Amino acid sequence: MNLPGKLPRSSLGSLVLIAAILSGGAAAFAYTAGWLSPGRLTPERMIEALTPAGSVPLGHRRNHAKGICFTGTFEANGRGVELSRAKVFVQGRYPALGRFNLGTTNPNAVDASARVRGLGLQITTADGEIWRMAMINPPFFAVSTPQAFHDLLIASGKKDPDAMKAFTQANPEFGHFAAWAKTAPWTGSYAEEPYNGLNSFLFTDAKGGDHAVRWSLLPAAQPVSISQAELEKRGPDYLEQEIAERVRTAGPLRWTMVTTVADPGDQTEDPSKAWPETRRKVEVGTLVVQRIEPERDGPCRDINFDPTVLPQGIRVSDDPFPAARSSVYRKSYDLRAAEAKDYPRTGAAKP
Amino acid sequence: MTNAPHRFTLVQRLLHWLMAACILAMLFIGVGMVSTVAPKYLPLILIHKTLGVTLLGLVLIRVALRLYYGAPPLPDDLPSVMKFGARLSHQLLYGFMIIMPLLGLGMLWAASYPVVLYGGIRIPALLPQSDGVHTLLWNAHVYLGFAFFALVLLHLAAGLFHALVRRDGVFGTISLVRVRNGTTAAK
Repeated sequence: MNLPGKLPRSSLGSLVLIAAILSGGAAAFAYTAGWLSPGRLTPERMIEALTPAGSVPLGHRRNHAKGICFTGTFEANGRGVELSRAKVFVQGRYPALGRFNLGTTNPNAVDASARVRGLGLQITTADGEIWRMAMINPPFFAVSTPQAFHDLLIASGKKDPDAMKAFTQANPEFGHFAAWAKTAPWTGSYAEEPYNGLNSFLFTDAKGGDHAVRWSLLPAAQPVSISQAELEKRGPDYLEQEIAERVRTAGPLRWTMVTTVADPGDQTEDPSKAWPETRRKVEVGTLVVQRIEPERDGPCRDINFDPTVLPQGIRVSDDPFPAARSSVYRKSYDLRAAEAKDYPRTGAAKP
Repeated sequence: MTNAPHRFTLVQRLLHWLMAACILAMLFIGVGMVSTVAPKYLPLILIHKTLGVTLLGLVLIRVALRLYYGAPPLPDDLPSVMKFGARLSHQLLYGFMIIMPLLGLGMLWAASYPVVLYGGIRIPALLPQSDGVHTLLWNAHVYLGFAFFALVLLHLAAGLFHALVRRDGVFGTISLVRVRNGTTAAK
């Protein structure tokens, strides 16, 4: 029994208990936030590894920083319906917007300096459901895990020539990518490139059946290979000028969207390993690019091509990259939105 | 002083503890998800969005109940500075509960992200894309989130202080189990 108004001796114990509960709560919060785990791979650390020393690309994406916008249409042929109940595969035409880009952290990079080219795409169905993706032209990804991608950025940023050697030893899959980078022909146009999703996703059909898939956009334009030196001679921004000119003079550009369906037992977690060529392929539609606009005032500027923005009927697989990309792209968007004054819109060209 | 009329109604007490658990989960999920690139990022952010919108609905019900039923009076012998602190902190808690989900939704809208909840439920955008608005709302969501957590800890400390040290019946007004006497702890 305690008398009201007086602190009994046991109160001291109670106060200690309260302090312990509060400290425990605060510590758990700090742990969850990663403040006690400097080794955790956070989006901040990934962005830091991506950011070139001394030249932060303020106002720009932290990777694939150089790009140009397009708008057009995705024409679904209806054949995707057998794989996924996503409305975007029902035969019809759906508005699309996207961005041709270079795999570089420098928004002013010389075109011939970027080995990897990419395409970000957003397709919207009539009811407002949105599908976003970001694809690149290599046929497989450089590394197996997000951690390895971080390590690659660190190793390639080092002056020490042994750093890359050590990295490749630890991540042998990078050897395949290095071979591709060395031997694959260059083209002189965004229009002549294939764009591969690389990551595996799960399509769910109307009956509830799941299908592990990857997809690619294959160009209608015939690739014409040119040397890197020749591309360099054509100028630092040749690709953007060329694609704008091509659409203006030759009209809309087309890519066929091809879905590759995994066989049972195919691994889906490692985008550095392509599936065998014999896997079933389903053409699900055509991307038609109708208009090119500079990024500064263009419709792609405001879009984060987060590959986990998916319609009902498509979801992520055990491939760890889409989640990592989503987390890092979000951080990149937050940064560039906050820095928008360093990449001012001209305002006049808002369509 | 009798206890029976001096407790929150059962529905208020249930809502308090349900929301307390959810809000704590939200705060931890919030700081956890933005500090990872692991696959759990996606389920965490989905839960954060879904639970956030749910909590916005619940707090509106809660405010309505609070306005309708009122709250039991604080003990007469509670120092006036503590009474003031109690009122202020409760108003702030309600404020956080209302503003946090709105800031969260607003920052997603201003970044042109579609807001899709668990089960494919889509929340239409009420704001256009805007770099400035996104940055403002995102900063507010983050820093007010930390302030919210600090206030939740303070609220917890005060509740435990009433329950374990003052034993003045205040904790009994919200607890789910009955505290038998205002001046003694439940045995």
